[in-house]
Amino acid sequence: MKMYLNSIFADPERTARLIDIAQSSFLPLLKGAIFYTIPLTLISFIIGLILAILTALARISHVKVFQIIARIYVSVIRGTPLLVQLFIIFYGLPTLGIIIDSYIAAVIGFSLSVGAYASEIIRAAILSTPKGQWEAGYSIGMSYSQVLRRIILPQAARVSLPPLSNSFISLVKDTSLASLVLVSEMFRKAQEIAASNYEFLLVYSEAALIYWVICFILSVIQQMMEKKLDRYV
Amino acid sequence: MISIQGLYKQFGNLEVLKGIDLEVGKGKVIVVIGPSGSGKTTMLRCLNVLETPTKGVISIEGNTLDFSKGVPKKNIAAFRRLTGMVFQSYNLFPHKTALENVMEGPIIVKKESRDAARKMAQALLEKVGLGDKIDYYPAQLSGGQQQRVGIARALAMDPKVMLFDEPTSALDPELVGEVLKVMKDLATEGMTMIVVTHEMRFAREAADEVIFMDQGVVVERNIPEEIFTNPKQERTRKFLNMIQ
Repeated sequence: MKMYLNSIFADPERTARLIDIAQSSFLPLLKGAIFYTIPLTLISFIIGLILAILTALARISHVKVFQIIARIYVSVIRGTPLLVQLFIIFYGLPTLGIIIDSYIAAVIGFSLSVGAYASEIIRAAILSTPKGQWEAGYSIGMSYSQVLRRIILPQAARVSLPPLSNSFISLVKDTSLASLVLVSEMFRKAQEIAASNYEFLLVYSEAALIYWVICFILSVIQQMMEKKLDRYV
Repeated sequence: MISIQGLYKQFGNLEVLKGIDLEVGKGKVIVVIGPSGSGKTTMLRCLNVLETPTKGVISIEGNTLDFSKGVPKKNIAAFRRLTGMVFQSYNLFPHKTALENVMEGPIIVKKESRDAARKMAQALLEKVGLGDKIDYYPAQLSGGQQQRVGIARALAMDPKVMLFDEPTSALDPELVGEVLKVMKDLATEGMTMIVVTHEMRFAREAADEVIFMDQGVVVERNIPEEIFTNPKQERTRKFLNMIQ
């Protein structure tokens, strides 16, 4: 630690080199974040959320087959490492003749993961809505899907916002795993830059800082949304 | 206008309704009393199919559901629209304002325009004395006010019969009066009503007939004066003695 700091500040030439690297790597890293990390997160989360709602509904439905399919899906995804899933999709499936672009493979992997974890959050949120809300909806002539869409899910959204935000923020960071299936997202950029100049600590810290800023902005947005959804409580 | 024939309801091994037969004429106010577990709430819930009867026939203004045969879901939704339900625990939609609660059914189920629905909802809320509270969320209203919104929400669907399931049981005593007043006004206007309640004063003042239920059957049925002053059945007498 001391040696590292000494090597920087005792040597003006090295200080200048580090500042230069920090500056020149910032833009590529930011590009990686803007063009890959953020869209990858957003797309995967939206698809994952749809999967999660369907899975949650399947779990609470009275149709045995739906329940079983949903249970198996959640069990498999939660019971195996995300990295292993990504490797199976990207490196494994070509053996069966299924070749998937690295970016798409990452989207599939992350969506499936979000779908499984978030389905439990949404299932709990739906079940936490009082039975009387269903009955009130039915009593004014609404159908199952109308009650679900208009009455239950909006209330479930409020309950599930904090845990879903957790999943979302985790996903931002999990996208760094996509570097291992050759998606040139931010962390892969960082690895490439660091490999060329050997300033691992500097470059990786810079990447970490960008992840942190993104997540910080997200938690601010979460707070704003919570305030909005809490207005009627 | 409303008829119930041979209505049975079983929860597992527990038989809650053991053959209910009931005719209710148009514009009549029927109050149902009875000890807890007598099946009065279950009967009411069967009338709008929140509980599916085990067997029996229900009909409202010519629309008939025969539960001894299978009943398609579509028919149930259509049948429900003939009834308006007011719940003991109000069950207002907490994420919608009073106005939105009342507008929901007309817009989503009856496919009315927003403007028409808004106008009607506003008029209904004024009618129940909440014209100044239309933009309040349920959490900002007292129990009595919430229940009155509940009544307006049910009325918005223009039901043939209003069903009240112990509408004042969850209320603080000082708030009961405002809800009963709205119900009495409705009765005066000629609304057909079936009311499960423990409010004997309401039964005396507003009911055309009182029905005493016990252990899943209708024990006695008469006009209020008769049933309260001169009950025919021993079980009715016992129950009335206990609560008075």
